[in-house]
Amino acid sequence: MADKKELELYFHIPFCVRKCAYCDFLSAPAGKPVQEAYMKAMLAELSGRADECRDHRVSSVFIGGGTPSVVEETWICQLMQRVKESFALASDAEITIEVNPGTVTEKKLKVYRQAGINRLSIGLQSARDEELKKLGRVHTYEQFLETYCAARAAGFANINVDVMSALPGQSLLNYEETLKKVLALSPIPEHISAYSLIIEEGTPFFESYGRGELQLPDEDCERRMYERTAELLGEAGFVRYEISNYARPGFFCRHNCGYWKRTEYLGFGIGAASLFQNSRFSNSRELSAYLKEPLGSREDRTVLSPQDRMEEFMFLGLRMTAGVNYREFAETFGQTMEEVYGGIIQKNRETGLLYDRKDPETGERFLALTGRGVNVSNYVMAQFLFD
Amino acid sequence: MASVDQSRIRNFCIVAHIDHGKSTLADRIIEQTGLLTSREMQDQILDNMDLERERGITIKAQAVRTVYRTKDGQEYIFNLIDTPGHVDFNYEVSRSLAACDGAILVVDAAQGIEAQTLANVYLALDHDLDVFPVINKIDLPSAEPQRVIEEIEDVIGIEAQDAPLISAKNGIGIDEVLEQIVKKIPAPKGDPDGPLQALIFDSLYDSYKGVIIFCRVMEGTVKKGTRIRFMATGASQEVVEVGYFGAGQFIPCEELSAGMVGYIMASIKNVKETAVGDTVTDADNPCAEPLPGYKKVQSMVYCGMYPADGAKYPDLRDALEKLQLNDASLNYEPETSVALGFGFRCGFLGLLHLEIIQERLEREYNLDLVTTAPGVIYKVYKTNGEVMELTNPSNLPDPSEIEYMEEPVVNAEIMVTSEFIGSIMELCQERRGRYLGMEYIEGTRALLKYELPLNEIIYDFFDALKSRSRGYASFDYDIKGYERSNLVKLDILINREEVDALSFIVHADSAYERGRKMCEKLKDEIPRHLFEIPIQAAVGGKIIARETVKAMRKDVLAKCYGGDITRKKKLLEKQKEGKKRMRQIGNVEIPQKAFMSVLKLDDKK
Repeated sequence: MADKKELELYFHIPFCVRKCAYCDFLSAPAGKPVQEAYMKAMLAELSGRADECRDHRVSSVFIGGGTPSVVEETWICQLMQRVKESFALASDAEITIEVNPGTVTEKKLKVYRQAGINRLSIGLQSARDEELKKLGRVHTYEQFLETYCAARAAGFANINVDVMSALPGQSLLNYEETLKKVLALSPIPEHISAYSLIIEEGTPFFESYGRGELQLPDEDCERRMYERTAELLGEAGFVRYEISNYARPGFFCRHNCGYWKRTEYLGFGIGAASLFQNSRFSNSRELSAYLKEPLGSREDRTVLSPQDRMEEFMFLGLRMTAGVNYREFAETFGQTMEEVYGGIIQKNRETGLLYDRKDPETGERFLALTGRGVNVSNYVMAQFLFD
Repeated sequence: MASVDQSRIRNFCIVAHIDHGKSTLADRIIEQTGLLTSREMQDQILDNMDLERERGITIKAQAVRTVYRTKDGQEYIFNLIDTPGHVDFNYEVSRSLAACDGAILVVDAAQGIEAQTLANVYLALDHDLDVFPVINKIDLPSAEPQRVIEEIEDVIGIEAQDAPLISAKNGIGIDEVLEQIVKKIPAPKGDPDGPLQALIFDSLYDSYKGVIIFCRVMEGTVKKGTRIRFMATGASQEVVEVGYFGAGQFIPCEELSAGMVGYIMASIKNVKETAVGDTVTDADNPCAEPLPGYKKVQSMVYCGMYPADGAKYPDLRDALEKLQLNDASLNYEPETSVALGFGFRCGFLGLLHLEIIQERLEREYNLDLVTTAPGVIYKVYKTNGEVMELTNPSNLPDPSEIEYMEEPVVNAEIMVTSEFIGSIMELCQERRGRYLGMEYIEGTRALLKYELPLNEIIYDFFDALKSRSRGYASFDYDIKGYERSNLVKLDILINREEVDALSFIVHADSAYERGRKMCEKLKDEIPRHLFEIPIQAAVGGKIIARETVKAMRKDVLAKCYGGDITRKKKLLEKQKEGKKRMRQIGNVEIPQKAFMSVLKLDDKK
């Protein structure tokens, strides 16, 4: 089994209690019959794909959304059951489900544990109820605490908490309050994802922003929030292993790292993206099309050229603070990183945005973003695209 | 058609202020003279180019010949010569007028006389044309025809009591206009057997037929085979075809004789040889003297035009070449800018002409252009006695070599209702105007007379005039000549490097204000870099204004879209694509549109 190729599975559950004001993910509230039909279709898709993955070993599973915890827990059990039946699931696989406070009970969480799920990602966003309300979240901070305690009681020993900065009306102190409350949880979370709010087109926030009704923190304040995240979490023993992700040693999210390392993955459900056998594609975003033909809705297939792969290797890999491995690049592409990107690397080293890192354990050489480079990572990554 | 009775020809034009209904009346005349069916009528037949229709003005003079049967059954040939309506094309207007024997003056029944009405009517009277007025738009609720009639008589001093009251738009009163054309406009004179003397009032380049000359024959006769000579340019060719103007088409005929209006084709390759205002004569039997009034058209406004994509330089050159075939008043020569690469310094009649050429280059030739700030021709008197005509600010000699400089000045007439006199006078003062006087046209309207430096009106004077008078002021000007002036070169430094394409000549007193505005504007246009970028305005090495583009400190795509890498890559691609539309100056990337945005520094609204 060890010589099988690594594969990650992603399940998209597009349902939620209510759409948040900032959310542009493919999700919406739906009644029980639709949820059932959807889960059945997803099980069918899962079985149908087993054949093409005979040579693969599944190292991680991520059940995301939407809010996967809104569907009946029996569906999650069936899903996990089907994964085990149809795929070679590694015994140490990381298996995550996203939940929102107020949508799970201790009983439900225990069912998840029994189904083999070993990691929980809880969408908190803010510890201040007035901010949660503005975001259109369906829960309070109190409910989050209940969920967190229930998760620990149910036996989850690997928990991520999502927090968000640069919220409308949020001050630096407000944001610090959220971070400090999260760090004061007992036991402390293993993982924290910290994002800045991005106003996306097609969301209610976009509309109110356009009308000038959204009082967003100014640039300097947003910037301070960003810095404070790194400072406070660092002091608490967290490692920033990726631009927006912090974890205690040993708890980096393997599933997410897989995306940055270009591990193969299959996405199930509507709109879910895949990287498989050197192609990127995704399922149709149309629910009706998916329900009709769960196996037939793949679209937007791009076969990756060597250039595409080099670009991805760089702009994805650089998201990780560990950086990209020179040796791996050369082995993968038959050309050294310097041969392909020498000028760009040199320029960004000179401007202090990239640096060469020597891994303390292996002694291997990596190219990585500096602290300053992380702050302007888009600017750096865009340079690695070919003309 | 061999012997056309001169007494049955009427050559005329229509003069009016913009929007008073000149083109609409022309359409009605063409329609009701029955040469075309209504179905063939496009909305405005005289306006041939798409661009003209969109802008609602007529750019190039054109002509049309129609046949009119009077109420008592007599047949007359009407040659209606259209004139451009904008001050940029004043010389072309004057040549078109010279080709006519009379003019219809159209005045809006609600608006009355405007600055251009006066300018055009005086121009027509200067050419000894018989002018009769027509009151248009009488069906508007705000129409006051009687008041306008009195105004015409008071201000212009021509008989207006029997002016036809019409609505060109709705076809009211057109019959009366047609009858008055016959009665009030004199028949042409001239001897068909005398030596040929024909006035060129326009020309057109056709890729199959070469240049088509639009002319009015004053004396003599021209036909196929005549060897003609252009008296000003000296070029000589054999005529291959003559004819007259149907609506939108050329209709060949045997000959054009004294009094007739028509076209001549003679295998000429370039409109430069057929200058508007020149006299065509018979090379074998030349007339003694050319017709009066010819002058070489001078470009008044210059700017640099550069392809946004440097590789398109040859395309831009080809496009300019083609446009020039048809537009003798456009001139250009290659130049190089440190900031913008290879391009051309182009000369135009005025800012409208510039804008039209720019739009045609972009639309018809699909070119993406970067244009530098337009300027006028300055005369630089050097200490060594040389006089230099400066069209590109970058070529200004060192101040130590300059004795003094001169700039062109215009005589401007602005007509405005009395409530806006104050704000318009303020505008003229700001633009270094010298007040010459004011005349009240009637109780509520005045004609302001100013001397204004041309470089103060080529930018956004017209826009400012309109916005400060809520659209009521109208404006006309004539070039007066050159005057000594305290001019300086204003330089813009971005990250301490001078950007040649942004330099311009300005009066010393306005330098600070202009410099400050340009810095502010550029600050908004230049994206953040990894470092702070000072934007400075300088005169003679001395910094007079400064703004700063703050350093970019955060540019992160925090959210990870699950495994949707494609979307992420698209965002990065967009970022990279944006950079391609930048010009690199030192280590600063400046968007193309920053060069354009400083053209319009409109102040008060």
